[in-house]
Amino acid sequence: MRWKVTFINFIKESIRVILKGNKWYYTWISSLLVLIVWGGLGYFEQLKNGLIVTNMSDSISWGFYIGNFTFLVGVAAAAILLVIPAYIYHWKPIKEITIFGELLAVSAVIMALGFVIADMGGPDRLWHMIPVVGLLNFPDSLLAWDSIVLSLYFLLNFVVVTYLLYMHFIKKEYNKKIFDKLILFSIPMAISIHTVTAFLFNGIAARSYWNSALLAPKFIASAFCSGPAVLLILFQILKKTTKFDIKKEAIWKIAELMAYSMFLYLFLFFSEIFKEVYSGTHHLVHLKYLFLGVKGHTDLVIYAWASIIFSIVAFLLFLIPKTRMNVVTLNIGAVLIYIGVYIEKGIALIIPGFSPDSLGQLHIYKPSMIEIRTSVMIFSLGFLLFTFMSKIAVEIIFEDLNINKLRSKSHS
Amino acid sequence: MNMSNNKIKEKKESRRTFLKKTALASTFATLAACGSDTSWDEFFQKNFKTLENDDKNKIIERLEKKYTEKYGKKFTVSGKDPIDDTLFGYGLDISRCIGCRKCVYACVEENNQSRDPQIHWITVLEMAKDKGVDLFHSNSDYDRELVPDDDHFYFPVACQQCENPPCTKVCPVEATWKEKDGIVVVDYNWCIGCRLCMAACPYGARHFNWSEPDIPKDEVNPETHYYGNRPRYKGVVEKCTFCVQRVREGLYPSCVEICPVGARKFGNLLDPDSEIRYILKHKRVLVLKEELNTQPKFYYFY
Repeated sequence: MRWKVTFINFIKESIRVILKGNKWYYTWISSLLVLIVWGGLGYFEQLKNGLIVTNMSDSISWGFYIGNFTFLVGVAAAAILLVIPAYIYHWKPIKEITIFGELLAVSAVIMALGFVIADMGGPDRLWHMIPVVGLLNFPDSLLAWDSIVLSLYFLLNFVVVTYLLYMHFIKKEYNKKIFDKLILFSIPMAISIHTVTAFLFNGIAARSYWNSALLAPKFIASAFCSGPAVLLILFQILKKTTKFDIKKEAIWKIAELMAYSMFLYLFLFFSEIFKEVYSGTHHLVHLKYLFLGVKGHTDLVIYAWASIIFSIVAFLLFLIPKTRMNVVTLNIGAVLIYIGVYIEKGIALIIPGFSPDSLGQLHIYKPSMIEIRTSVMIFSLGFLLFTFMSKIAVEIIFEDLNINKLRSKSHS
Repeated sequence: MNMSNNKIKEKKESRRTFLKKTALASTFATLAACGSDTSWDEFFQKNFKTLENDDKNKIIERLEKKYTEKYGKKFTVSGKDPIDDTLFGYGLDISRCIGCRKCVYACVEENNQSRDPQIHWITVLEMAKDKGVDLFHSNSDYDRELVPDDDHFYFPVACQQCENPPCTKVCPVEATWKEKDGIVVVDYNWCIGCRLCMAACPYGARHFNWSEPDIPKDEVNPETHYYGNRPRYKGVVEKCTFCVQRVREGLYPSCVEICPVGARKFGNLLDPDSEIRYILKHKRVLVLKEELNTQPKFYYFY
């Protein structure tokens, strides 16, 4: 019974924390709320009229939504992968790194699921996917696998991070025996969510562009760059504004590891380019459409090259010790990687897979305003969630918000 | 725990149930607003293939009533099962097809496809004679005063009714499957509209209802099958079923009947005396994208 009371206190305090803040905080929150409403009204149009309000078609039947979904699964996975080096190199604030990684993972999974639901023709039929109540086509359908691993991953991270913060709040040591194992378990889970998502595309023989065994390794390698890129920037902000004390060396180490995985990604990427170009089969047309344009349609070319150039530049910035250790070039590198990977997953993965389509017809796709608005809504909801959760975490970990303080306050 | 605490708890409890109720009610209100004419029974309907005959009949009755009211015509919805010892196969004579697209529109009328936006289950590809069967150099949007064009031949594509269908395997909710007579069907009431099957189909044979389908009342075909041409919903996938409502009654698919040059053949692959078996035995036959091992039961011949 006692823990119930303290847990209610924990929730109450958390709500109090997210409601108060300085004017920057309020500006940030209210702009997110404005975007959510603006985007939400767009999404409402889609619910009312159907997916006709998007620019998807029978030829290009997935677009911006599924691109964002794939990217966010990568972010969710990579946020946890950072726990590995933290353990190996014994970085001091390992618990803090874990907690913020998990918060990012939770928010990213929520956004990823949001994009899947936004893409569904019948969101009211989502319950058909619940085993027993509905009918989940397991193990045949990779989407069934994906829904299972993503839900488990969400639950795992949400429970662990809530527990860690709660124990911090009540000033008790957390149960190392169970929870250290759970944290370690989240690492293979992180790999699995991104692998299964890659397999979802990879297993489709009808789309030669995705039907490459390198897809899952490429996914993991590039995610290992984009996820830490977000945390790299977040850690620097936390270091400036809170008592969060991460050593410079740790930040540099993260950047160095990102350089290696970016190298791996580029290597896999060029291997694929070589195979396609040298063998010169019909399948080459998708890469051609992406990088050179086909039949005068060059709409993706600029993004494709931007993604590759950004990735190479960021790789060099993180590889050379001098630019890695310089705050400015380090952050430029992080932003470039983020954009590079976003384009790779969000634009360069889905659209060329569908164009030319399975009957060889070339159609052009770019997201409609409603698709953009719906996406803005989902991203803003995710950012809002991440802001709230981070604020609670910062307050509990660095501002020492705890149950004892609360008690002494109420007694005085 | 003392008295006052209990009272507080009660108060909280009632507030919580109130909140729960409001949340529930608003959720359903939203669902009702979005699902337009979805009834309770329809919303909670299970996957059709898992149901007993009694339940199937109830659903069919409900649908017949609903469609009759909506279109002002007496509707029948058949739930007829596959005929024993039947495996349907289709033959298409590439040397005869003139690319007139009569099959495309006969199919639309028979199968109640949406007119706006237009959904076509058959795509006719125009191919250059000097390129051969080369999809990338084909054109589905050809617009000619007169067909056939001398330098081109025509290659209609619809669902290939694969023996090894990649589309059914990927469906996360088993809303689509291959029937015993080889026809790949969709339960339009169970499909969640994720469109993974459309990505998985190598033949562009699956089509999505991007909006509420629009069928003029005077053109609607009221003789339907649950898995076939009954009116569909917004947000679900549909496809060619070899006119399941016709072929299970012993009729030809409507595209076979309409074809002015007799390029389209249809029959039972298990019957050694059928026309389709004759074609397989005596003609030069090819299947589309053989390397994918989908094993189409749609044979092109010349």
